[in-house]
Amino acid sequence: MALTERPQRTTNGRKPDGRRAHRSYLSYIDKSREYYAAHGYPQPYQWAYSHEVAFAPLPKPLSECTVGLVTTSFFEKGREPAGVPVARPKQPYAARCDDALDGLYNSDLFWDKDNTHTEDLDTYLPINRLREFEAEGRIGALSERFYGIPTDYSHRRTQRNDSPRIEEWMRADGVDVAFLVPL
Amino acid sequence: MCHQTIGLIARHLEEAGIPTVVAGSARDIVEECGVARFVFTDFPLGNPTGKPGDVDMQRAIVGTALDLLERAWLPRTTVQTPFVWDADDNDGWRDHFMRVDDSNRDALAAAGEARRRDQAAAKADGRARTS
Repeated sequence: MALTERPQRTTNGRKPDGRRAHRSYLSYIDKSREYYAAHGYPQPYQWAYSHEVAFAPLPKPLSECTVGLVTTSFFEKGREPAGVPVARPKQPYAARCDDALDGLYNSDLFWDKDNTHTEDLDTYLPINRLREFEAEGRIGALSERFYGIPTDYSHRRTQRNDSPRIEEWMRADGVDVAFLVPL
Repeated sequence: MCHQTIGLIARHLEEAGIPTVVAGSARDIVEECGVARFVFTDFPLGNPTGKPGDVDMQRAIVGTALDLLERAWLPRTTVQTPFVWDADDNDGWRDHFMRVDDSNRDALAAAGEARRRDQAAAKADGRARTS
């Protein structure tokens, strides 16, 4: 299977390169430390850091794999399909991809609302794009369900409570590989 | 914070034997957390799999993530897609986001006070997560 065709960078003829005294991409860890200090939080947030990283190889060709999508977006309150928890605080959920095609709710999450929007589902939950790859045989299938995980300040809740529940749903659905998209 | 949550669950799944790929726009948070495969697109937070309405770009980013699932042989493999958010002024959105300066310092302090009141109220009436 050929690799995805490499798109060309568009710069309108301007040279994007040069010299800088700082990295070009944003450091959200650095920015948020100053930002929340200005909000009156004296202790910087303790971000997750790990030196060791596990690596699981593909169990079979991707063209035979079922792909499961994971998002931090949720259904709008009051519009949850049957089986998706409505109670707050948020809990992990599994829902049919077909039920998300009109978009999910994420206005409560921290993203750049001044510069973009999330009205196009495939910019943050690429169900349609993955279904196209499924139709072309690039992947075996997109799982009928996708999986939502609450954004949480607590590492422990994500690690001990939420992640195992989503793993359990993925195994029940026969998911072979996970495609995760944070907002 | 979304990027950290996703990084942590990606690590869990990978340790459980399920291969993962993360497509995101907060590079430092994902790389510090440490994941197996990461497709980085240097965009404002909100559209990690492509600009709104740009199907070709979305397809290229998702396709790159699929390529990475097949091709990576070591953890911590990051691939950056070639897309630029604003070819005429690509520092504007970066400078604006979470900006702190004399023009907004008082407003941010007031917002922090309001947020702490809301959080205390949420904890009192059970809306905050406690488990």
